[in-house]
Amino acid sequence: MSAIDAAAGPRLRRRGRRADDVAGLGRVRAGVFVAPALALIGLFLVFPAVWTIYLGMTNYRLTGLAAANPEFVGLDNFASALTDDAFWHSLWLTLIFVLVSGVIGQTLLGFSIAWALRHVRGWAKSVIETLVLAAWVVPASVASFLWLALLDRRTGTLNALLGTEGTAWLIEYPMVSIIVFNVWVGTAFSMLLFSSALAAVPPSQMESARMVGAGSWQQLRDVVLPNIRGHILTNTLLITLWTFNTFTPYLLTAGGPRDESSILAVYIYTTAIPGGQLGMGAAISLIMLGINLVIALGYLRVARAASGGSK
Amino acid sequence: MAVITTTALVKEYPGGVRGVDGVDVTIADGEFFALLGPSGCGKTTLLRSIAGLESITEGALQIGDRDVTDLEPGERGVAMVFQDYALFPHMDVADNIAYPLKIKRVGKGPRRQTATEVGDGLSLDGLMQRRPAQLSGGQQQRVALARAVATRPEVLLLDEPLSNLDARLRLEARTFLKELQRELGVTTVFVTHDQAEALALADRIAVMKAGRLQQVGTPREVFSRPVNTFVAGFIGSTPMNLVESETADGAVRVAGAPVPLPAGAQGRVGDGAKVVWGARPEYLKWSTTPVEGGIEAEVSVIENLGASVLVSAHRGETRLQLVLDEDDEPAPGDRGWVLPTPRRSLLFDSETTDLIG
Repeated sequence: MSAIDAAAGPRLRRRGRRADDVAGLGRVRAGVFVAPALALIGLFLVFPAVWTIYLGMTNYRLTGLAAANPEFVGLDNFASALTDDAFWHSLWLTLIFVLVSGVIGQTLLGFSIAWALRHVRGWAKSVIETLVLAAWVVPASVASFLWLALLDRRTGTLNALLGTEGTAWLIEYPMVSIIVFNVWVGTAFSMLLFSSALAAVPPSQMESARMVGAGSWQQLRDVVLPNIRGHILTNTLLITLWTFNTFTPYLLTAGGPRDESSILAVYIYTTAIPGGQLGMGAAISLIMLGINLVIALGYLRVARAASGGSK
Repeated sequence: MAVITTTALVKEYPGGVRGVDGVDVTIADGEFFALLGPSGCGKTTLLRSIAGLESITEGALQIGDRDVTDLEPGERGVAMVFQDYALFPHMDVADNIAYPLKIKRVGKGPRRQTATEVGDGLSLDGLMQRRPAQLSGGQQQRVALARAVATRPEVLLLDEPLSNLDARLRLEARTFLKELQRELGVTTVFVTHDQAEALALADRIAVMKAGRLQQVGTPREVFSRPVNTFVAGFIGSTPMNLVESETADGAVRVAGAPVPLPAGAQGRVGDGAKVVWGARPEYLKWSTTPVEGGIEAEVSVIENLGASVLVSAHRGETRLQLVLDEDDEPAPGDRGWVLPTPRRSLLFDSETTDLIG
């Protein structure tokens, strides 16, 4: 036996004793490898979150006395937020926004496009997919600028097209405007997700249904939807959370006129930055985080029940 | 029940590829009919055209006394079992079987009753509340069959019915399938690439190649009188020996050795014709002593088939294969004489590959 073997022997044995983790590194060395990532996560994710919790319990302001010496006020911010009509109004607008633009608009439109494109091949499919995707990948600032140009009262394209000169869409129909805008922006995701989901539905099941005389609607109900139930759930969860948290509509209406399109993300911003109440903004942010968690847990529960049922 | 008739049926795909290229075939009422051929020969396309899942480009299709060429699949009175069975994973067995009735707007009560009756007939009782994922392959197939026959179709189509089962189950399912077909008396067309399956199951077999019919006949006919060398080579669990030869002095020279003309070819071929001599390994005998009309050869390889052995013997470059009884097994390197049976041998035209006799 060589010297190498002799040296490797005890080391191997020691490693065998210590290896309570899969890689056999030992806790300390494994910890060293993970440390940089943990540090980054801590600095940019955990710390701001904890800091927000702290801020939410102070009267910290952007300017004035409370900016220099914020005082601890306990749960006062939460109490005043929850008793403020503006907050409830904003929450109500957010629910409408999520429901109409996200759950109904993006999901239905995305699915419809995917369903319609299922048998289309070649350039027609590419063109439509590219157009839909373009709306998604264009930066929010550019997209909102395009929509401002479209909806402008005096020189807007929409007014020129419809012959409705002088209609201030963003002022007269602020919620409708941001809902349509958000559907336009976000449909691509649902379309892509449902395209791949539809491709995974076994053709023989569709054909079995066709053989017994099932029409398109019956095939959809009896074969397609049950097969892609998991995809529908995932899509709805992601769309709900993204729409709930989106801030882009601010670039169109700035929450206005007055607070008519002030969805929650916008409301927090207007409270914290232009309004200067950083502590209050932080408190509402935490409430929003809580709502997100509840939504996510709710979906997970449904998903688990659904997958348990199919077994 | 129903007779199926295709008239110059053509299925052309975009780009001009013809999956089915002018097929004329009549499938009798209550017949168990096999479409057999290598992959890509158009047999599945023909089956799907009968089903209505592929639109027919040219020609006509008749089922019973109706022209169904342009009818939707659901209007043809045809049921189909797919290769992967295509059971709906989210429905239990009873709902799967009753699904065609649901589409036909049969009420829930009668639906359940039919599902139970059909399921019992296919020994699925006790499994009615299970999901497809909880069933074995054989059970899944029976559910698929039950769903197909629940509406009492005029025609039953089976796409590779046995290919998703493991080898042992396959034999069992084969017998079961034949029994079921006899019992129902439904005109049944099935697709297979396995010649043994076709021979075992079918009343008649259509052998296909490149979208065209090569031969339609009973299993015995296609086995013993293949119309050309393609069918001859495709049918049979051990491929037929096909040797390029020439006729001379009223005999065939197989690798130089004079062999008597096959019984069917006598008087139908002159001397000096280029022919392909064909003999199935099962019909060749082995002799260790010189025999008149025997082909002297040397044993090169022996493959054990259980109760018999497959012997490969060489005469120069020409290889002949024989199936011998295990008691007569020679050893590699042995020399001997391969003895054909003129009654069972065949002669094909070398140019057209068609059967001479």
